[in-house]
Amino acid sequence: MGLAIALVLLLLCVASVFLFSGHYGWFPPLVSTFTDYDKQFTLTLIVVAVVFILAQLALGLFVWRYRDRGNNQAKHIEGNNTFEWVWTSLTFVIFIGLGILGQRMWADLHFTEPPADAMVVEVTAQQFQWNFRYSGPDGQFGHTDPKYVDESALNFIGLDPHDPAGKDDIMTMNRMVVPVNQPVKVILHSKDVTHSFFVPWFRIKQDAVPGMTITIHFTATKTGEYEIPCAELCGLGHYKMRGVLDVVTPQEFQDWLKKQATGQ
Amino acid sequence: MRTMKASLLLILVVSLVAALSVGCSKKTENTEETGANQAAPTPIDQSTVATITGKVSYTGTKPTPKVIHMDTEPACAAANSGPVYTQELEVNSNNTLKDVFVAVTDGANNYTFAVPSTAVTIDQKGCRYHPHVLGLMAGQTLQIENSDHTTHNIHPMPKDNPEWNTSMPQGSQPLEKKFGRSELLIPVKCNVHPWMKAYIGVTKNPFFAVTGDDGSFEIKGLPPGTYTLTAFQEKLGQQTMQVTVGAKETKTADFTFKGE
Amino acid sequence: MSEAIHEAHVHHPPKGFIRKYIFSLDHKVIGIQYYFLALFSVLVGITLSLLFRMHLAWPNASWDFMGKLFPTGMPGGLMTPEFYLSMVTMHGTLMVFFVLTTAPQGGFGNYILPIQIGAEDMAFPVLNMLSFWVTFVALVVMMMSLFAVGGAPLSGWTAYPPLSALGSISGPGEGLGQTLWVISLAIFCVGSMLGALNFITTTLNLRAKGMTLMRMPLTVWAWFTTSILGLLAFPVLLAGGILLLLDRVGGTSFFIPAGLVVNEQLVHHNGGSPLLWQHLFWFFGHPEVYIAILPGMGVTSQLLATFARKPVFGYKAMVSAILGIGFLGFFVWGHHMFVSGMSPFSAVAFSLLTLSIGVPSAIKTFNWLGTLWKGKIQFKTPMLFAIGFVSLFVTGGVSGIFLGQTGLDLYLHDTYFVLAHFHLIMGVAAIFGIFGATYYWFPKMFGRMMSETWGKVHFWLTFVGVYCIFFPMHIMGIAGHPRRYSDPSNFKYLAGMSTYHQFITIATFITAAAQFIFLINLFWSLWKGKKAEDNPWHATTLEWTIPSPPPHDNFGGKVPVVYRGAYEYSVPGAKQDFIMQNSPEEV
Repeated sequence: MGLAIALVLLLLCVASVFLFSGHYGWFPPLVSTFTDYDKQFTLTLIVVAVVFILAQLALGLFVWRYRDRGNNQAKHIEGNNTFEWVWTSLTFVIFIGLGILGQRMWADLHFTEPPADAMVVEVTAQQFQWNFRYSGPDGQFGHTDPKYVDESALNFIGLDPHDPAGKDDIMTMNRMVVPVNQPVKVILHSKDVTHSFFVPWFRIKQDAVPGMTITIHFTATKTGEYEIPCAELCGLGHYKMRGVLDVVTPQEFQDWLKKQATGQ
Repeated sequence: MRTMKASLLLILVVSLVAALSVGCSKKTENTEETGANQAAPTPIDQSTVATITGKVSYTGTKPTPKVIHMDTEPACAAANSGPVYTQELEVNSNNTLKDVFVAVTDGANNYTFAVPSTAVTIDQKGCRYHPHVLGLMAGQTLQIENSDHTTHNIHPMPKDNPEWNTSMPQGSQPLEKKFGRSELLIPVKCNVHPWMKAYIGVTKNPFFAVTGDDGSFEIKGLPPGTYTLTAFQEKLGQQTMQVTVGAKETKTADFTFKGE
Repeated sequence: MSEAIHEAHVHHPPKGFIRKYIFSLDHKVIGIQYYFLALFSVLVGITLSLLFRMHLAWPNASWDFMGKLFPTGMPGGLMTPEFYLSMVTMHGTLMVFFVLTTAPQGGFGNYILPIQIGAEDMAFPVLNMLSFWVTFVALVVMMMSLFAVGGAPLSGWTAYPPLSALGSISGPGEGLGQTLWVISLAIFCVGSMLGALNFITTTLNLRAKGMTLMRMPLTVWAWFTTSILGLLAFPVLLAGGILLLLDRVGGTSFFIPAGLVVNEQLVHHNGGSPLLWQHLFWFFGHPEVYIAILPGMGVTSQLLATFARKPVFGYKAMVSAILGIGFLGFFVWGHHMFVSGMSPFSAVAFSLLTLSIGVPSAIKTFNWLGTLWKGKIQFKTPMLFAIGFVSLFVTGGVSGIFLGQTGLDLYLHDTYFVLAHFHLIMGVAAIFGIFGATYYWFPKMFGRMMSETWGKVHFWLTFVGVYCIFFPMHIMGIAGHPRRYSDPSNFKYLAGMSTYHQFITIATFITAAAQFIFLINLFWSLWKGKKAEDNPWHATTLEWTIPSPPPHDNFGGKVPVVYRGAYEYSVPGAKQDFIMQNSPEEV
């Protein structure tokens, strides 16, 4: 029985190394300037793998080695204070050390302002759709008010039809287009329940909370079409709340803007 | 100990039964509202019935239709061959309005009408409702279909009828629902596709029509009398008109809605 | 000479059936009542998980027979997304509250704790009865919510407002179903608070002579700490629940901000904050994790010592670790909210506190390994579950080192990685604690042994099964699969996930089937099991000094006196390899 447990735990370790190193299902490729994420993940994975494998193998080894063989005798050991101090301090240093290192990306995202020339995109989440808005040539977002919301006329965010600043606002549903290598500042809103703006390729996620304005920023480094899943349960269509993020060349972006401005 | 074990089982069974009975009793309340009154229909002399026809015109600037970009939902985009436009204010080429609901809202209250046994169908196709505006009688069956290769949910938001909200995954069997009370007009939304909207007029009588591509309507089979006719347009509101019809008469009742 | 006999204290059991078995004041009966309440809930919870697992593996499949069973949730055999989410919500709620909170604490704690400290009952027997029946009412209301008109709630077991606060415009099941859900939770909080109060008083006041704090079994320490957590955490959830209920039915706006447009309808609320609920909920919710797992830790220590025939390695360190986890457990709730919009500065503090709670958890693991080291391990079924617990605790624990880092959580938050983490640690590990406790104390509770053979079969299928279910979820989370998706196939980048889903579903069905072995073993042994001795495992704590099952007042009027610590195994020079706590034997 002890051997069986030891073998199963050994198998568990082998299987986990196999699964995690073989990348059978792994992060989508990183395409933002947020490269610290993958470094920190790899570092944590290595530390954790060592802890995990040592603990599981020790467990397996002990239950096998110290099984009841009929004639052996258990040793009366009440503990060992030196050991306790060693592993307490060791785990404290490792865990807290990882925790402190892990704050770097957090600071990149939350304690660093986006550059002044960052492009601004306003995101308004709703059940079950992402609404994106660009300020247009005037660089100003038009005033919005819930009373102007008219979804069948595609005014999802309640843009005030009387505000001149809003005339050139470009609104899209479920499609966000940004130029490559351009810092983008995203202003997150929600008009009904809590949603979460998740771009797996950028390694960022931020809840869009009704009643709050939250900003994040990123810079995409590779053109392509990416997806924006909603990552906070928002109701029956949560799994269908899919935004598409197009990262395009600056020229393509200008063309796209022009096309949007003409209406069709 | 034996009694103790028996009592344990008893507790388990009692709790199960209690929970289930509570659940079931709740469920029986869930039965759908049956039709309005089941009283016998008032006899109407078919040789004297009159007809009202009319047209719903529009004055003002013609709105530019907006394109609904459904390309992020491939199932929606694939089901439509050309661009899809918003439907909140559809002006026909002859300056009439499409999808205006016209109904007799007063004057027929002394009559009782048989509820048609045929169902009225609304289809979810190309991520739009077909038709966009429809009418049916209180107690008549509404059959909801989903022709799309995607999940829709149909969510009417009535004031006088119970609200419901049901998803229809692709390949769903048609759903059958009834509205017990008359209500004009009930907005219907698909929460998964927020641009999808339909309006359902639930009437007490069979005298209603929806304008088509030429903006005209026709209401037949009216017993002679004076009626209040109401036209509903989802953006522009409603207008009423008194119409008196004699035996076998055909009268014209034209409405005009003003845009901005 | 070992026990002072006070004849005057012999208590006789009540005569009537109802007072004896239904509205009983006896902590043992109440413990069994809690256990069976949890058993009922876990069966419902597993059934729900089978339903949604079927859908995840084959989202477009149509099961005609299921359509007949659930005409509204699965019309024509196709599962609607709202039905899926309702199943997920009720699965989580039933498991967290009515299984993981009741069975380890209300069940085994109630039955065993008074006996282990040498008391004849809990401090407040009437309160004890009340806390069970209040919990029972909560379960009945929760089951009503499952069958409510309009469907069961779909806002998850965390019930984040505004989704959970807005009523039926925000989705099916958010009407009556969600209201009943909140009411049930509030009732549950009351029951748990009453229970916690009782446990604390009992532990502090009713210990037998000689049962000093540092001689208490680690199970008692665990139940005691759990009660403190419960006493401080449940009132916060109760307050949150009442506020949520008021938002739903009383027109208040605690959690609903102004200017919301739901389904194109303006919502007339003003001034609330969705984050307030998250703070209240997780201020309760994180200690709740320890409420679920601490008793399992206590049981594991007890079982490892008993079956390795060794004292618990580092008893004092273990006690400190339990208290440390309990204390730190109140300061880490923010790690559930890194991406919620909470201040990013407080997130840093929460992150470091969270990682430091890994330290006492690691101490426990090392000491468990130390307990096995140089032991003489007997592979009885309860021991297998204790070993399984350690393995699962490690696996589930280490993923917390990823999730506790603010930066890494940016991606992993609300993905399947989180599902893997908390299911392994607070779900399955805690359940392994319950299984271990069941196999271990069943002889004491019912006077009969459970089948060892079938117990081992149950262990192996379950142990391998749960790893097959939950381990792949790490990978799915790393691939970015968000939680609570009824069908990932809408997203191109999740196209590879269906194989994982099918594998997990098959593993779930096999593991669930294995639980029938346990059920049959349990009920078969109740009537047909081999008669149990007073001390079948040769254990040392006080419950093994009395008959199996124990008499009404536990010690038959003989108040025990305690002479030694809880884990005197293999003491050199002793007559046997164990010395009971009430034995005055000098070595």
